[in-house]
Amino acid sequence: MSYGRMHRKEDARFIRGRGNYTDDVRLPGMLYGAILRSPHAHARIVSIDTSAAEAHPKVKAVITGQTLAGLGLAWMPTLSQDTQAVLATDKVRFQGQEVAFAVAEDPYSARDALELIDVEYDPLDAVIDARKAMDPGAPVIRDDLEGRAGNHIFDWEAGDRARTDAIFEQAEVTVAQDMLYPRVHPAPLETCGAVADFDKVTGKLTVWCPTQAPHAHRTLYAMVAGLPEHKIRVISPDIGGGFGGKVGIYPGYVCAIVGSIVTGRPVKWMEDRSENLMSTAFARDYHMRGEIAATRDGKIQAIRVKVLADHGAFNGTAQPTKFPAGFFHVFSGSYDLEAAHCEVTGVYTNKAPGGVAYACSFRVTEAVYLVERMVDVLAAELNIDPAEVRMRNLLKPEQFPYLSPTGWEYDSGDYPKALRLAMDMAGYDKLRAEQADKRARGELMGIGISFFTEAVGAGPRKHMDILGLGMADGAELRVHPTGKAVLRVSCQTQGQGHETTFAQIVGQELGIPADDVEVVHGDTDQTPFGLGTYGSRSTPVSGAATAIVARKVRDRAKIVAAAMLEASPDDLEWADGKWSVVGDPSTGKSMAEIALAAHSNLELPEGVEGHLDAVTVYNPPNLTYPFGAYICVVDVDPGTGQVKVRRFVAVDDCGVRINPMIVEGQIHGGLADGVGMALMQVMAFDEDGNHLGASFMDYLLPTAIECPAWELGETVTPSPTHPIGAKGVGESATVGSPAAVVNAVVDALRPYGVRHADMPLTPANVWRVINGDPFRTDLAIP
Amino acid sequence: MQVPAKFEYERADSVPHALQLLERYGPEARIVAGGHSLIPMMKLRLAQPEALIDINGLASELGRIAVEGDELAIGALVRHAELLDDVTATDLFPIFRDAERVIADPIVRHRGTVGGSLCQGDPSEDLSAVFAALRATAVIQGPGGTRTVPVRQFHQGPYETAVEPNELLIQLRVPITPGTGSAYEKVERRVGDWPVAAAGAVITVSDGVIAQAGIGLTAVGAEHFCAPEAEQHLIGRAPGEEVFAEAGRIAAEHCEPHSDQRGPADYKRHLAAELTRRALARANRNVPGSATV
Ligand SMILES: Cc1cc2nc3c(=O)[nH]c(=O)nc-3n(C[C@H](O)[C@H](O)[C@H](O)COP(=O)(O)OP(=O)(O)OC[C@H]3O[C@@H](n4cnc5c(N)ncnc54)[C@H](O)[C@@H]3O)c2cc1C
Repeated sequence: MSYGRMHRKEDARFIRGRGNYTDDVRLPGMLYGAILRSPHAHARIVSIDTSAAEAHPKVKAVITGQTLAGLGLAWMPTLSQDTQAVLATDKVRFQGQEVAFAVAEDPYSARDALELIDVEYDPLDAVIDARKAMDPGAPVIRDDLEGRAGNHIFDWEAGDRARTDAIFEQAEVTVAQDMLYPRVHPAPLETCGAVADFDKVTGKLTVWCPTQAPHAHRTLYAMVAGLPEHKIRVISPDIGGGFGGKVGIYPGYVCAIVGSIVTGRPVKWMEDRSENLMSTAFARDYHMRGEIAATRDGKIQAIRVKVLADHGAFNGTAQPTKFPAGFFHVFSGSYDLEAAHCEVTGVYTNKAPGGVAYACSFRVTEAVYLVERMVDVLAAELNIDPAEVRMRNLLKPEQFPYLSPTGWEYDSGDYPKALRLAMDMAGYDKLRAEQADKRARGELMGIGISFFTEAVGAGPRKHMDILGLGMADGAELRVHPTGKAVLRVSCQTQGQGHETTFAQIVGQELGIPADDVEVVHGDTDQTPFGLGTYGSRSTPVSGAATAIVARKVRDRAKIVAAAMLEASPDDLEWADGKWSVVGDPSTGKSMAEIALAAHSNLELPEGVEGHLDAVTVYNPPNLTYPFGAYICVVDVDPGTGQVKVRRFVAVDDCGVRINPMIVEGQIHGGLADGVGMALMQVMAFDEDGNHLGASFMDYLLPTAIECPAWELGETVTPSPTHPIGAKGVGESATVGSPAAVVNAVVDALRPYGVRHADMPLTPANVWRVINGDPFRTDLAIP
Repeated sequence: MQVPAKFEYERADSVPHALQLLERYGPEARIVAGGHSLIPMMKLRLAQPEALIDINGLASELGRIAVEGDELAIGALVRHAELLDDVTATDLFPIFRDAERVIADPIVRHRGTVGGSLCQGDPSEDLSAVFAALRATAVIQGPGGTRTVPVRQFHQGPYETAVEPNELLIQLRVPITPGTGSAYEKVERRVGDWPVAAAGAVITVSDGVIAQAGIGLTAVGAEHFCAPEAEQHLIGRAPGEEVFAEAGRIAAEHCEPHSDQRGPADYKRHLAAELTRRALARANRNVPGSATV
């Protein structure tokens, strides 16, 4: 059978340097674009003089907001029904914002041209601290929006406020904690970029760019620019990491397209590292206050949350349109509570737009962090072991499907089993004993637990759409006469190994080797429509479409096999990857034999067309709910504040594992991400809005040295709604791990009376927390 | 893609040739050694030299590590990785092993040079503290011949050194004193990061008391990367936890750290004390024949 460990089909080309990334695309006559960016966080543009740049002998065009305004393209819609400047016309609203685009014969001249563009700015006060964005008298960032007198974007709530408040009033114990999930960045190793090629003769526009959602891009280009959709082809070639940062359309893509239309030649634009960190989609930036109401013996009754969400200068979060806070309202976590309520307020600040990105399952990351930190705060208040508090509150297997207090229908799970397994693997009691010894000697050791439930695989389409496009995805499967197959899917891999996993699904369903299945993706002219890869939705949605389209092929094959065997289809059974007469395996016809027959002169029953090819669209009946139990062990040096992650145990339940090796790879990557966010990553800004994390010298990615040898475990609770019982896993570890690391560090610091510390837990931060004088991690360190 | 502005490029085939080229192109020319400080600045267009004079071909003249008399001579073009791998150097001065293991990452260490590190004059450079602790001497060659400058006078401010635009740093000479131990302690936010703060210590113990002490500090605003008042405190005292802690305290008092995203000033000052104390304790432990404290 085809499930199981197999090497990734895509690795051969990556390992040999034969991948084909956007920057590898070279077209005859291609020009190069570069973007001039704002040095200010907030300033009025007085004038832009491009004459010197235009006089540069190798410069072919200089495009400004004025040029775009003439085409009606100076502003573009965002994925959250706001608008965003493509090139600034009136004001710049964050440092690094796009101001002008130079197109030249080579990338060097394009960069040189930027130095020849003279922009006069009139600097304005910037709104940097989200907590001050709604102060009376705060500078109004979006004065372009009619009737906008302040920086407030939206208020949104979920759950039952009255019931929650009533429980809080009666509760034996309540705890509250303010916490910040700081602004971080997906920082994919491949930055964003595009090659745009507009053919004046055919009127066809081809755009290569590393998009996680090629079909959505095509449709949005058609809707916004008025280009006919069949004349737009978006090709998303190999992608060097997306993590949610490559879902939206960036101004640079539009500039490359306009550049190609204006010059009549292909235009390549690739941003550099700093541009990527400064201007593309950030993640998180949630200022949260959590509260728990509980009984004295640790039974959690209700959770209440208030969030101030920093959305930057344009509200550009990528999420199902109905949910301005993504799936944050899954914050009641893995626990059996009576009521929950959250209020989220979104504000503008003078920072880059973006929002939901970085492997967060539409803000499930923030939700899990909140609840898992809060449970530890409660455990500390009650002086009960955090594992015990969790055990007392986890949902029980018999409660599924479970309707959460904020309206989610959790599909399946055995939570206590996963936590027990993680505790056994970690040797939890021994660790606690070791910790007690160490504490007696003045050494700091911490044990942190995080239990998460994710909601992934959006739609269903009736609840979830992006700008009116329902979240359902197509698949097409062709079986060639010799039994080799080509699968075409709407999603696009950025490292998840789709070419392997989806081939394995087809192989499993059709009884053929995965190596006999080619997976085509990323090219809108070659694949069916669908919304793409993010929010861990590929396997839950496209993987389901793949299984279903393969089953359609198998059903057709049954009719052909029946004709071959001169039997009635009703007398056939699918066994060992073949159709055979019930009870007589010797009659079995393999898919290759059936495929050849389907293309031959075999007489087929009336109404059967021949060939085996099939298409489908999968509209998920529900999300899938992967979950897991993580335990992290840290040692902290009290003299320097340095944190060493000694061990990390991760038990994941993502339902049926198609390729366990790929699943483990996804988990390894996500755990490393989590360590990075917990210990070192943040995009902070000084009071003038200067970005203090705009290179890898300041925005730190974790390395092997910071990562312990991950200890992975698994339980398998198949999803009851997914055709093969799989759940998403791409984001699980990123969602679940930061809370485990922070809980471990806070646990280590308990001798100092510490209840909470904000990420990232850098040595300086930890030392200041120990000394009772923490600083704001999202601002310049004073 | 980050691309530098236009520049001329020349490859030197000897030290005199390099000096000629410096003369020819004038003060807007820059030496390029490992390029790991200069090239990133050029890509960000923070540096726009008109010409680069490449000295990477001069390994036979500038790439040696050797004991010469009672000094260890380290050529300016010695790569970080070569210093780390040189057992003579790291056995004589474990401080080199300690420091080089935590400078940047293996990729940078294979290109970056000792001379480039010192000439860059970054206020957070690790080797500046190491050589200050060791009281090394810099050998500089110019059109008029060679001259020597004590490393403790080499740095004249952030990114400013004693090397004139028409000169080349040739070598560093480290005095070898029997009975000496050394160590380096660094706090970084992540492996390969520049220091939040770091301290190096070199002590010579004779007759049970500290006869000579060198303390190097980086990233904490210590003048000339050293801590003379703390060194003074050590001289003549028997090595021990309390003495080291007091030296750390004194060293920290004389620093002027600035807050940045690596940490607030008070934390860096604390680290100056803490790391000085730790480095002294470890240096003392590796004084040949010392009893562990
Ligand atoms: C990712 C990264 C991490 C790093 N981390 C650290 C760290 O943790 N700690 C640390 O201390 N350093 C660190 N560095 C800096 C690294 O050690 C230095 O870049 C390097 O050693 C400088 O040497 P170079 O040979 O590359 O100098 P170059 O970049 O070639 O030159 C630097 C400067 O010195 C001048 N110069 C070079 N050689 C001579 C000479 N012989 N005579 C006169 N002038 C000369 C050049 O003109 C230039 O101005 C890091 C660098 C990188 C890229």
